[in-house]
Amino acid sequence: MASLNALIAVCLAYVFLLFCVAFLAERAGMKGQMGWLLRSPLVYTLSLSIYCTGWTFYGAVGYAARSGLEYVTIYLGPSLVIVGWWWVLRRLVRIGRSHKVTSIADLISSRYGKSNALAIVVTIMAVIGVTPYIALQLQSVTSSLAIFAAADDGTFSQSTDASAAGFWIAVGLALFTVLFGTRNLNVNERHHGVVIAVAVEAVVKLIALMAVGAFVVWGIAGGVSDTLERIDASALGTWQIDGSRWAGLTFLSAAAFLCLPRMFQVMVVENDDERHLQIASWAFPLYLMLMSLFVVPIAVIGLDLLPAGSNPDFFVLSLPLSQGREGLATLSFLGGFSSATSMVIVATLALSTMVSNHVVMPIFLYLRQGGATQSGDVRNVVLLSRRLSILGIIGLGYVYYQASGGSSALAAIGLISFAGVAQFLPAMLGGIFWRGATRVGALVGLGVGFSLWVFTMLLPSFGPGVVLSVDTFQNGFLGIGWLRPQALFGIPGIDPTVHAVFWSLLLNAASFACVSLVTFPHPLERLQGAQFVNVFQHSAQTRGWQVSVAESEDLMIMTQRILGAREAQLLFQREATMQGRRGYLPEPTPDFLQRLERELAGSVGAATAHAMIGQIVGGTSVSVQDLLAVADESAQMLEYSSQLEAKSRELSQTAAQLRQANDKLTRLSHQKDAFLSQISHELRTPMTSIRAFSEIMRDTEGLEDREKAKYANIIHVEAIRLTRLLDDLLDLSVLENGQVTLNVQSGELSDLLDRAVATAQASESREIEVQREALRENVQLHTDLDRLGQVFINLITNAQKYCRAEKPVLRIEVSQLGKAVAVDFIDNGFGVPHASRDVMFEKFSRVGAEDGKGAGLGLAICREIMTRLGGDVTYLDGTGGTGFRVLLPQSQALAAQ
Amino acid sequence: MGKHVLLVEDELNIIEAIRFLLSREGWEVDTHSNGTDAAQVIRERKPDLVVLDVMLPGKSGFDILEELRSHEQTADLPVLMLTARGQSRDREMAEKAGVSRFMTKPFSNTEVLTAVRDLLYVHGQRT
Repeated sequence: MASLNALIAVCLAYVFLLFCVAFLAERAGMKGQMGWLLRSPLVYTLSLSIYCTGWTFYGAVGYAARSGLEYVTIYLGPSLVIVGWWWVLRRLVRIGRSHKVTSIADLISSRYGKSNALAIVVTIMAVIGVTPYIALQLQSVTSSLAIFAAADDGTFSQSTDASAAGFWIAVGLALFTVLFGTRNLNVNERHHGVVIAVAVEAVVKLIALMAVGAFVVWGIAGGVSDTLERIDASALGTWQIDGSRWAGLTFLSAAAFLCLPRMFQVMVVENDDERHLQIASWAFPLYLMLMSLFVVPIAVIGLDLLPAGSNPDFFVLSLPLSQGREGLATLSFLGGFSSATSMVIVATLALSTMVSNHVVMPIFLYLRQGGATQSGDVRNVVLLSRRLSILGIIGLGYVYYQASGGSSALAAIGLISFAGVAQFLPAMLGGIFWRGATRVGALVGLGVGFSLWVFTMLLPSFGPGVVLSVDTFQNGFLGIGWLRPQALFGIPGIDPTVHAVFWSLLLNAASFACVSLVTFPHPLERLQGAQFVNVFQHSAQTRGWQVSVAESEDLMIMTQRILGAREAQLLFQREATMQGRRGYLPEPTPDFLQRLERELAGSVGAATAHAMIGQIVGGTSVSVQDLLAVADESAQMLEYSSQLEAKSRELSQTAAQLRQANDKLTRLSHQKDAFLSQISHELRTPMTSIRAFSEIMRDTEGLEDREKAKYANIIHVEAIRLTRLLDDLLDLSVLENGQVTLNVQSGELSDLLDRAVATAQASESREIEVQREALRENVQLHTDLDRLGQVFINLITNAQKYCRAEKPVLRIEVSQLGKAVAVDFIDNGFGVPHASRDVMFEKFSRVGAEDGKGAGLGLAICREIMTRLGGDVTYLDGTGGTGFRVLLPQSQALAAQ
Repeated sequence: MGKHVLLVEDELNIIEAIRFLLSREGWEVDTHSNGTDAAQVIRERKPDLVVLDVMLPGKSGFDILEELRSHEQTADLPVLMLTARGQSRDREMAEKAGVSRFMTKPFSNTEVLTAVRDLLYVHGQRT
């Protein structure tokens, strides 16, 4: 009991040490101190060792005890990956750094057009795949405690104390992760404290395992040669290599090394410098080799010394204990503890980042509706959601541990977990190497692979009859023969693990590729795809040209198209001369290409020029910056063309206005022609009579006096007509030009009408009866009475001339229309034909044309006068005869009261 | 043959003057004052010569002339056209319509008489 308590005390002290180390590192990192250590390749390499978890620490020996050297495959895969860092890891790290990737879910979602759906799927899959692994670590720690206790005095009860220990360990781990994993929100998600702690633990577990190994080899077996003899003698010496299992497991561990969220975290997210990979490429395999060096000796000696039935998974612990070496056992325990805790911490950190970034925060922001921009405390919300995610994930691991009861062998759980996360491999590698990969393809591939993994690996792992019925194992899912979980498509006889890995990854990759081929990526997806696949071209600083396949002739043709043949030839010739070459095709040196690009840029814009030369030279694909610059130029061009459009709209508006003006001028010109023509006619007609009769009187001899008198009278009448016409024309001209000065007087409407009727009757021979209502005419006027009288006379005369009634009657009616006064002149004639009403007020329009005496100016003059007086004269419909209305505005007509 | 002239004119005083002039020359002067039915009246009365005003109530002299020319009976009829508008375009229109002689008002009496004589002579030569 004392020993167990001491162990717990040591444990606590160790944890306290870790806290201190992490705290100091974190502070140093914040102050920018100790950069040599925090950012050293050694720490990076050591942090990679979280690959070696409790499973590796304890389980590798168990694995070796059960399956011989096969455990090596678990180390072989990662070694291959890191030795071949140039191809995959370097690319991943570069992408991770240049795109500020925070997790593997972020990487995949970001590659496929920042699809959150994909991120959620990956996150959920990662949680499902990794939770058993976390449970595994809890189990390894509690089991190792149990073994200690059993060796001590057996009071450690497996059922109660173990679960209590598991609980407290989970709480401790959660506390550590929360403290150092979510201290601050870093843009690049680096956690110096955690990384340093992990590095320290890596050293501890290496030393612990080496110490146990050394003790076993030299302390128990008595030297290397003795140990080798024992190994030869044991069953492990006669191991056989199952080719497919080796290949499968190596591949699986390599895939897991790349895809495990915690590995991605330390390898990509926490990476400070790409060059660390170079050192890690030999240092990490070395570390793995040291870790695996004593696995077989420990397994063999353990099998030899310990009683049959002891769990080989804990030989590392039970061997020193059985030899009474409690100190060594404690160290060994600390090694296992380190392995387990570092794994849990980093895995939880990685998972919580994913869960928080891709599940919790989107939901939170969606519920908030306002978006992150609206409040300043989103930072705290993110931290809180991280912390809750950490608690949730560790809690989940604990629940799984409690539920599974720690029954399965450690290695089996590890492999299941590996195979689960390995499903990310096609989408990830396809995403960084193949531009054709699409979001839908990735989703389908992940879905297919993951379902197969669940069906062929996860569910069967609980054993026949637990989740999947025995019947399903034997006859297939729903009785379909080719859906047997361990013999898909009716192909039995494959090792279950290899079977599951093979089918799930094969179908995953196949469906990913096929769906990618038939679906079409979004623009954003394509842009991201190009950036990911061509990450090295894009993140390079210089934009120089690599002239490997540049074709001078092609460049010439293109340049001719842009600059014109002459210009292009001159340019090329000049370059060729400068290079000392004859002819006009210069060597496409980088210098020349850059000059050419500048020349072209002057015509088509820099980005387009770069892109065009890039297409011909082929040295680089078009970068995102290029595309953005092209977009900018296009936007400018668009703006320019919209300006042009506006200009041309203005122009066409101006043209329309000009056309209207022109139409108006043409119309006016026609009117002028018609007017002149009319004037000519009106003047020439009376002159014709005058001339003809004067010539008759002059040339004809023997005219009678009666005839002479008659002809002289005609001449007289026509001369008067001519005079009147000229008077009217002048009058109209004056009125139209607005030159008339109004002689405003006051007077009675009745007086004005009296005078007008008298004048009209005196000048016109034809009689007309005039009917008036004297009472209503009692209106005081204040206007140019002479002009108004002229209008009245004209209207009365018209009635006299044109009223064709047998007994002509003219009614003059005065009425009040609102504030205006209307004077109506209505005769009992036949009215004016409808067609003539529009034009009757125009000059030279004669309605009653039979007479032929009038020039057709009277009404035009009336209208002009009334306009000048601020009133109006209109034709009056529906009077039964011909009616005109003269309208006087109020200001000029005051009822005399 | 009798010399029968139809004067299509709406100004009473001008009718009076031309009637005086031509009747003294021995013409039988017939008059009509409306444009609308002028062509029909001309065909009915079958004059040897038509003196035609341009500005007539109802129908212009140009239209009447075209109608005359398109009709077989009056296609060759000598037509003296008188107009008070006196613009060169009117002369062109008249010539296009097939006028025999075109004069602007005010005219000199002798000119009218000469024109009438000429027209009759030329017509006589042709037929």
